[in-house]
Amino acid sequence: MPPQRSTSKIRIHPLGDTALLAVLGTRLDTAVNTRAIALAAALQKRRDVRRAVAGHGAVTVRFDPDQITHDALAAAIRRLARKRPPMEEPGRLHRIPVVYDGPDLAEVAERTELSPERVIELHGRPIYRVFLVGFVPGWAYLGPLPDELVLPRRATPRTQVPAGSVAIAGPETGIYPLTSPGGWHLIGRTSVKLFLPDSDPPSLFRAGDRVKFFAAGE
Amino acid sequence: MTPALRVIAPGLLTTIQDQGRPHAIASGVPPGGAMDRFAHSAANLLVWNDPSAATLECTITGPRLVAERACVIAITGADLAPRINGQEAPMWTSIMLAEGDELGFGGRRLGARAYIAVAGGIVGDRWLGSMSTNLMVGRGGMHGRALVAGAVIAVGEPLSEPPPGAALGDTRRPDYADHTLLAIPGPHPREALFGATFRVGIDSNRMGYRLEGDLLEAPDEEILSFALIAGTVQVTPDGRPILLMADHQTAGGYPVAAVVVSASMPSAAQLAPGDELTFAEVSIEEALRLRADQRETLDSLIS
Repeated sequence: MPPQRSTSKIRIHPLGDTALLAVLGTRLDTAVNTRAIALAAALQKRRDVRRAVAGHGAVTVRFDPDQITHDALAAAIRRLARKRPPMEEPGRLHRIPVVYDGPDLAEVAERTELSPERVIELHGRPIYRVFLVGFVPGWAYLGPLPDELVLPRRATPRTQVPAGSVAIAGPETGIYPLTSPGGWHLIGRTSVKLFLPDSDPPSLFRAGDRVKFFAAGE
Repeated sequence: MTPALRVIAPGLLTTIQDQGRPHAIASGVPPGGAMDRFAHSAANLLVWNDPSAATLECTITGPRLVAERACVIAITGADLAPRINGQEAPMWTSIMLAEGDELGFGGRRLGARAYIAVAGGIVGDRWLGSMSTNLMVGRGGMHGRALVAGAVIAVGEPLSEPPPGAALGDTRRPDYADHTLLAIPGPHPREALFGATFRVGIDSNRMGYRLEGDLLEAPDEEILSFALIAGTVQVTPDGRPILLMADHQTAGGYPVAAVVVSASMPSAAQLAPGDELTFAEVSIEEALRLRADQRETLDSLIS
């Protein structure tokens, strides 16, 4: 399969009668995500767009079909996507303390053929990007993870993952904001609250933010 | 704001809902809101409320409520056999309740979710711009929970007293007996979705419906998560379709086989576990025509 260029053409699909999905890229890519966030922000300013939300490499656009047709909006999206995105402001930086004692740490070490110490060191090394906030309240997809740590999800998801669990799966890492089912590998935990129901917005992280983990004692 | 209705028995799941909090999805918070927006809006319009006012969404079995003072109400959506002081009460009609009147429900006849609007609008906790109850995080509406016995429902002061007896004619009410959901194929179409009969699984709720029946072609690769909308038919790794509803997860990476059109979402909202349904493909133009028809019907209530 030929490598995908991040500036390659955009694919636009209808999502029912009042929404479109604009796909900019299909692989985890910081440049594509930057473009998706910029495109969503530009679309959100339009009167005929109700809501535009960026995903990893796509933008979901809810619009008012009384003001614009699918085809006309698709054309407008293509025009906007061709523009160079404005210089991205670096997102806010969050430094997150982690106690690396997760129940899957030993298994991750074994499967990656690394020592647990090395797994911890590698996980804490990058400044991760918040690609997308979503799925459940406060959850953020962070990446890219160092290649050495990339593993498929657990074959059998856990029915209960405690809130605050720090986890990895595929090329990403994340923190479970609420106790919930989950299929990622749990390598540690943090006391930092990701979901802030009394704040607006109620999520600590926003798309485009930067996150650095560091090993902390109890 | 005054107390209007006291809860004698809450029913299976009765929650305060309005039009939801769509902007909150950027924080991973489900948009929420009334599952059947047509019935919710009609109930409000019948009692001269704005469609954005909160109503009670009553699931499968209705609550028993006593009027703490005289008020005008309307009951729309599912036919759960509403009764006032034991007498059959009309649906899709504005009704005057006298102080002490008891509103109850006999049992499910058609549909799954009935809506009760009260003139002046039901008042609940507002969270992120909406009074809709989010049960997962326990916010909005009646302190983030379903109604409980003994609770008192407050309403705002109506601008003017709506007349009882206003009604939506029989022919203009939705046909909830028709379990055909119109949909437009999604970015990852599955031909087998259209024409097959599915059953709403037992573990279905306001977040979504698990659809039992023939399995669809399972995804062969992971898709990067993107923002989702209600009406989306996802395909899980084992090939099972899931129809996302009002409290849906805000992002996901499963293939999207189809998206149910806005005019069919009220019908989708009226399905209960065990109900059978089918999907029928529709053009965007036809979907928009049906959407306009529904809005015209709602506008006809503003007399």
